[in-house]
Amino acid sequence: MENVQKQQHISKQKTAAQMSEKKKDMLSGYLYIAPFFIIFAIIGLYPAVFSIVLAFQKWNGLGAMEYVGLNNFSIVLQDPLFWKSLYNTVVIGLMGTAPQLIVGIILAFFLNMAVIRFTDFFRVTIFMPYITSMVAVALVFGVFFSSSETALANYLIGLFGLDPVSWKTSEWGAKIAISLMVFWRWVGYNTIIYLAGLQSIPKDLYEAATIDGAGKVQQFFHITIPMLKPFIILTVFMSTVGALQLFAEPAVFLGSSAFNRDEAMTVVMYLYRDAFNLGSFGTASATAVLLLIIIVGAAALNTWLTSGIGRKKKRKV
Amino acid sequence: MRKNQKLKSGSLPVYIVLFFASLLSLFPFYWMFVMATRPSAAYNSIPPTLLPGGQLVNNFMKVLDTIPFFQAMWNTIILCTTVTIAVLIISSLAGFAFAKFQFPGKNFFFICILLTMVVPPQLGLIPQYYLISQLGWLDTLLGAGVLFLLNPLGIFLMRQYISESVPDELIEAAKLDGCSNFRIYRSIVLPIIKPAFATLGIIVFTLVWGEFLWQFTVLRDPSSYTLQVALASLNNAFRVDFGMLLSGVFWATVPLIIIFLIFNRWFIASITEGSIK
Repeated sequence: MENVQKQQHISKQKTAAQMSEKKKDMLSGYLYIAPFFIIFAIIGLYPAVFSIVLAFQKWNGLGAMEYVGLNNFSIVLQDPLFWKSLYNTVVIGLMGTAPQLIVGIILAFFLNMAVIRFTDFFRVTIFMPYITSMVAVALVFGVFFSSSETALANYLIGLFGLDPVSWKTSEWGAKIAISLMVFWRWVGYNTIIYLAGLQSIPKDLYEAATIDGAGKVQQFFHITIPMLKPFIILTVFMSTVGALQLFAEPAVFLGSSAFNRDEAMTVVMYLYRDAFNLGSFGTASATAVLLLIIIVGAAALNTWLTSGIGRKKKRKV
Repeated sequence: MRKNQKLKSGSLPVYIVLFFASLLSLFPFYWMFVMATRPSAAYNSIPPTLLPGGQLVNNFMKVLDTIPFFQAMWNTIILCTTVTIAVLIISSLAGFAFAKFQFPGKNFFFICILLTMVVPPQLGLIPQYYLISQLGWLDTLLGAGVLFLLNPLGIFLMRQYISESVPDELIEAAKLDGCSNFRIYRSIVLPIIKPAFATLGIIVFTLVWGEFLWQFTVLRDPSSYTLQVALASLNNAFRVDFGMLLSGVFWATVPLIIIFLIFNRWFIASITEGSIK
């Protein structure tokens, strides 16, 4: 009752000053979103449009631009190094992120089973790699995987009878080292997201399943995974987008030779090299546009595929 | 009762797995510390050295000789702090507008913001670099920071938080009392959204602290280096002194570890809040 009266009172007052009030709010609304959109127009939208225009021009950043149609795209698409860099990006992306998501779910599942006091401790330790910067991770792993025969990584694989690997200059050595550092830095991040997801699953679902005689494994595949679906979709989406933008890890890991070798050159490194080492802004912009298309395509595909997991499960149930 | 049983039956393997995961997570930190205290030659010993040595200070002195470490640390702190404050203001103002005001085109503008979250930052890299160079902002923190002012996630989080936690009645009442909209923002909204500021602040601060591609592109002069660019430059020598290198990484990471250990709950909450909404 009181509430209704109050609202009536407010609305009466409102009609009196409605016009000016509304106008004021409109003005404030525009005014308050203006800072973001002004900055966005200058350093977000304008460069994005400029990039797309630039993809059809020949330009070194200094002289006049020259319209060359689709020439930049055909240069990039006919460059074996572009395809190599795309291949590297996809391989490192798969090796670095796919295991991460699986291990993340398992760790979150275990964390969720542990006593709370321990959960807090393990949560902090497992999450800690994420706070280190990509550069720091690349440098530490760069020493761990140094090409010398006495590198710690070589000592460790030596214990299993394997020959030393020159991690920075071999096709698979570089990819494995970079995938491992991506894995190490991000697995805790995904674990935290999955853990939040697990904690949002109602406990009585499991209790009901136990009463119905479902085992732990069955519960995991028929309750946990389907209920985690939104979180899995989110992490797959973010991992896909992040993996295709890989730059700092390989560039810093390989040091001064990063842009001269092709074992771990990623698409963004290829773009960077075109623009800032070779001064070819046109082809670099064409690569940027291609990268946008690849990222949107891959993110859409992976999101579609992960949504499929749940659908299959539902049918089974 | 059932829950207790469950804990007991499955507990040992669970703790073993978690223990090993923690060990693998922490080992690189420990090893970085060990290497930072060892002479470079220790690196070649077999079996590998896993105990700290006495070169902690010596290695760090070599870092100071090679890169302007404290300058870079200072630059990073200034950059992260100013960008974080600016993003908090920009995002909370826009979030307030999207949550509480009606204006034509509101939904359109909001969808624009969501769309900017999908576009990869590399798309505009070259024109952004060109723009910054035309403005004469290369090698300046202004040039390095301006890109980070675009934080669509911040507006998204703020809008969410403000519409959930600032009651409409409170705003209406303040208006009846003759408060201007800005006064409402400053005296009512800001105090309520402090927790959201902590979350977003941590997200932005760590993002700027660790970002590499843009800072690497814009900052070429050693006096303008931020920590990430300075550290990366340590690795460019033909023969790298590993003790010196990891000493630099260690001292650059220690501040963040301390901040993390103090505020770890906020860090972890920032990940879940930032992603689940």
